[in-house]
Amino acid sequence: MATETTDAVAGACVDAGGSALGMPQLCADWMSNQIFWLVITLIAIYFVMSRIALPRIGAVLAERSGTITNDIAAAEELKNKAAEAEAAYDQALLDARAEAQKIVAEAKAEIQAELDVELQKADAEIAAKTAESEAAIAEIREGAKKSVNAVAKDTAKALVAAMGGSADAKAITAAITARMKG
Amino acid sequence: MAEEKAEGGLVFHPLDQFIVKPLFGDGPIHWYTPTNVTLWMGIALLAILAVFVLGSRGRAIIPSRLQSIGELIYGFIYKMVEDVTGKDGVKYFPYIMTLFLFILFANYLALLPMSYSPTSMIAVTAVLGFGVFIVVTVLGFVLNGPAFLGLFWMKDAPAVLRPIIAIIEVISYFVRPVSHSIRLAGNIMAGHAVIKVFAGFAALTLVSPVAILGITAIYGLEVLVAGIQAYVFTILTCVYLKDALHPAH
Repeated sequence: MATETTDAVAGACVDAGGSALGMPQLCADWMSNQIFWLVITLIAIYFVMSRIALPRIGAVLAERSGTITNDIAAAEELKNKAAEAEAAYDQALLDARAEAQKIVAEAKAEIQAELDVELQKADAEIAAKTAESEAAIAEIREGAKKSVNAVAKDTAKALVAAMGGSADAKAITAAITARMKG
Repeated sequence: MAEEKAEGGLVFHPLDQFIVKPLFGDGPIHWYTPTNVTLWMGIALLAILAVFVLGSRGRAIIPSRLQSIGELIYGFIYKMVEDVTGKDGVKYFPYIMTLFLFILFANYLALLPMSYSPTSMIAVTAVLGFGVFIVVTVLGFVLNGPAFLGLFWMKDAPAVLRPIIAIIEVISYFVRPVSHSIRLAGNIMAGHAVIKVFAGFAALTLVSPVAILGITAIYGLEVLVAGIQAYVFTILTCVYLKDALHPAH
């Protein structure tokens, strides 16, 4: 600030050319001025800092550390939840698998039971049909035997009549029956 | 600044930068006259306002750049006060913060070309240093009563040596404010004066490259010194405060 030599300052500490005589630091004339303005500045800084800036920054820092703590807690909680969810998922998977196996086994047993019933039914039906058929065959056979008897009697009667004999029905029948047994 | 006058030849006036001048007119300097000291202290105050009040007005959880700077300085000084003086020293944090900010901003603003450096003035640093000394001494007696004198009485030392040590301790205690204030003013004044001397040599064509290199180097050093001296002044204040709060060795 001492470039303008023409800008001479009155006082005992400056020469005619505007340069300092000795150290300006030790010039007693200027000290009260510096001290006065220093005290004013310090008081101003102190009031601004203690009333406005420092509480504000302190609050922001406290709030931030609180936020960070909360966020960490929340993250921890979420992590626990995720682990829980994973365990639940695994459990569900196990349950589902067991359930599926149970259903498969049940279905198998059911099918087996149904199959058995059907098989039995079919067997019974087959047996019934067989018996029926056997009965029918026996009947047919019986019928055929009777027919054979009747035909034989009729034929014998006719033969006897044709040969001119009088047919004794009883005798013929007895004869034929005896023959048929034969 | 060194000036080459019309007659030629080098003229060094490295101390002219510290002359106190009135801001308006050429009148005599009374204690209330607004001077260049007023101007640069005011600029320091405005810069502090800008960083700490304007910068923190968002109260953002995720800070802006300016708010970050304020928070860093806040955290740095707060931790220093807490570490050195203990928990019960924290209530003096605003006073120490005020001292630190004033010295820091005045030191760095003084590094601007054509600026004025209030912290190079012994009257300014003496008020700071003796202010700390008086406050700490009064505080020591108010908080501890006569027990504060235990600061000078080494209980661990052999009985014969104790009075001698006490005398040395008392002397060193009273030298504290002197060294406290002269350290700051001396550092800042010396750095600025050396830069001006180099600047004076820069007027000679032959040595000007060396001189300008010298200015650059000293300026870099001064950037360090400005921060370090603010730090040293503050931490010594904390140490003295600790003595007042806990005088037992």
